[in-house]
Parts: sequence; C-alpha cells; structure tokens
Amino acid sequence: MNGVHDIGGTESFGPIVPEPDEPVFHEPWERRAFAVTMAVGANGFWTLPMLRHAIERIPPARYLAASYYEKWLEAAEVMTLRHGLVTRAELDAGAAAGPGPQPFHVLSAPEVGAMFVPTAEAQPAAPAPARFARGDAVRARNLRREGHTRLPRYVRGRLGRVMAVRGVLPLDDATALGRTELQWCYTVAFAGPELWGEGSDPNLTVSIEAWESYLEPA
Amino acid sequence: MAHDHGDGDPPGHSHLSGPAARARALETVLTQKGYIDPAALDALIDTFENRIGPRNGAQVVARAWADPAYRARLLADGTAAIAELGFGGMEGAHLSVVENVPGRHNVVVCTLCSCYPWPLLGLPPNWYKSAAYRGRVVIEPRRVLADFGLHLPESTAIHVWDSTAEQRYLVLPERPAGAEGWSEERLAALVTRDSMIGTGRALDPAAVRP
Repeated sequence: MNGVHDIGGTESFGPIVPEPDEPVFHEPWERRAFAVTMAVGANGFWTLPMLRHAIERIPPARYLAASYYEKWLEAAEVMTLRHGLVTRAELDAGAAAGPGPQPFHVLSAPEVGAMFVPTAEAQPAAPAPARFARGDAVRARNLRREGHTRLPRYVRGRLGRVMAVRGVLPLDDATALGRTELQWCYTVAFAGPELWGEGSDPNLTVSIEAWESYLEPA
Repeated sequence: MAHDHGDGDPPGHSHLSGPAARARALETVLTQKGYIDPAALDALIDTFENRIGPRNGAQVVARAWADPAYRARLLADGTAAIAELGFGGMEGAHLSVVENVPGRHNVVVCTLCSCYPWPLLGLPPNWYKSAAYRGRVVIEPRRVLADFGLHLPESTAIHVWDSTAEQRYLVLPERPAGAEGWSEERLAALVTRDSMIGTGRALDPAAVRP
C-alpha cells in the first residue's frame, strides 16, 4: 500500500530535535498501552505484520499528528475490535459485557522474563536455492501491493547490489494476510544518485533488506 | 479490503476521552475478559523501562574496543557475539554490527516503522520514530547528522541502513583517543545511544569524570 508510513525520501518535515535525557515513556498511559498491545498480540489472533498494517492504515493526517503510542493504541483498538476480543460498547463503557473468542495463549510474566534471553533460532528449510549471491546486480521490482509490504517506494525500479544473503524468513507481505511464505532475504545496497537523482549526495549508500520476490536480476 | 473506520476519529472511544482514558478502557476490558495477565503487563513495563536499554549496547561496544578478537567476532556474526554477553531475543535475533572508521560512517533507520535492536538499545527515542528522521536520513543524511551536531565532510562516505525486514543494526562507533588502557566499564561510559545509531560519536574521554 502506498501509505503515508512509507516516508523515506521526504524532506519537508523540518529539523530533528532530540530530547535530552528522554524517558522511555512520556506519559503513564503510554507504558500501559505499550504493554497491553504487546500482551494482547501474544493471544495469537494476529501477526506483527497485521498490527503494523493497522498502523499504516491510520489516515495520513492523523498518522502524522499522532504520537507514536497513540498510533499503537489505535492499532490495538482496531485489531481487538476486528477480532471480536472487545466491542465498541465495552470500550465506551470501560467494562466487559460478555465473553469473546478463546485466546490461543495468554502471555505470562515468566515468558516476559525469557523475551530477551538469547536463543538459537532454527533456520527454516530453504524452499529453493538462493536466486542471488553476494555481489550480484539486482533491480528492486516495481511492485504493486495493495496490502502490507516491506519494499519501500523509494527503491522500486532502482538498481542495486546484493551485499549479504541473510537467510530464509517468512515474507511479511504474506504473514500480514495470514499465510506463511518462506523466502530468501538479502541486504541490497543502492547508490545515493541511483535513488535520488542528479544533484544528490554522491558519497551516499542506502541499503534495505529485500525478500527474494522484491528483486529481479539486472 | 474493507475499511475499519472512516477518516474521522479513532475507533472505539467516546469523543471526550483522550488516549489515557482509551488505554485504561482497553486494558480493563481485556483484563476482565482474560486476554491479558496484569502480572505480564507489569513484567513488560519493568523489562522495557529497566532491563533493556543503551547500557547493554555500550557493554558490547566497550568489549569490542578492548578485545580485538571479540571485535572480529562481533563484526562477523553480531547475533552470536552479543549472545556471549547474554544479549539477544526479541528484535535482536538477527543482528549486524557495522563499524565506523575514518572516512566511512554508518547510520541506522527504519523508514517504514520503528525497527530497532531492542535487546541492546531498548525502545527507540521519539526522534528515531519521527517523520523528519525517517523521511530525511535516507536522502540527506549529512544534514540530518548536522541536526545532531555531527558534521561530516563530503569526503566521508555515508551508509544508511534501512531496517526493512528482520535484520537489526548496531553501529560500532570509533574508539576515541585518550582512553588508552581504560577498563571496559570506563570505556562503556563513553558510549552513547546516539553513537550506536550513528547520529553521534562516542564521548571525549577528557569530558568524562574519572
């Protein structure tokens, strides 16, 4: 989807103003909304790419005006309403009125404790040999995706080079639709002028991660 | 695809309620219906406020500065090398470390959302998630870095890493001169969050109290 979130290359937002000694959360409700969104995500009704897409679909004016956790809160409301975990009447009343669908899982405190313990992830089996190798010239395909995608607009159709073969991962575009599609994922580097044209910074490289279906040989 | 709501107000709220009231309503209803466990919420908040954050990343950088063999392992396989120090897990299971050297500077962004190496840096600051940073850093990184007081000459090559899939990036900043023979603990005090994103440098040892 060509949403407002796909914002790379937009220059008109003015200076960046870092906040000295910024707290992790600015308002008490932000830490609650963050934790609730994380916890309810573990129920198993939706995937992270689905939640991301709910954020992406916040209308542009509000997307740009809302704080980060306002967007999280809105996406959590959208997802819990869509999946019937809550009703609008319950949210308005701030109280449960009846049961909802059975969760597949409820996140526990010990599981949170294990969240940042390093674990060896099993590498999924490759569906096919990797199509590209390090050093290969590739072009980011000019793809039309109505739903969620992780191919940013600013690289579509542009020539790049494979810097690294990262392994086999579920394609987020498919996960956002509730399907699992394993694909090779690559780091692809683009020269600044290839992306931004004449007059742009000649000493710039920008790289992205790209699933195999985002790329074609060049 | 059906729309969830129109372009007006957010869903599931009354017009008089701000985000604090909406967050409370959502938490209350989900708790009452058994979808979320209050103990897990407390653990999440404690973890993200206190257990993870840039001090973890600083420990990794200090080790890399102090131990050339560790630095080599870190650059070759970031995920395995941070696991040696007990770091990994969510948003850190595919980690690459990119090294700043004279003439070549790395900086990290997520233009599409807010991807960030949680185990090493915690949750990102607001500016990292802002439209200004995400929009500008891929096209005019030199001006963006200047907003942070980091002025790089045109002769310095800049590589911007846009985290669009599972790979997360940590910048290994240049070790500043003047900290020869320092312990890892003292070195870690020189390592700022921004130096590990690439929007700053490590602190000057002369400016840090012993």
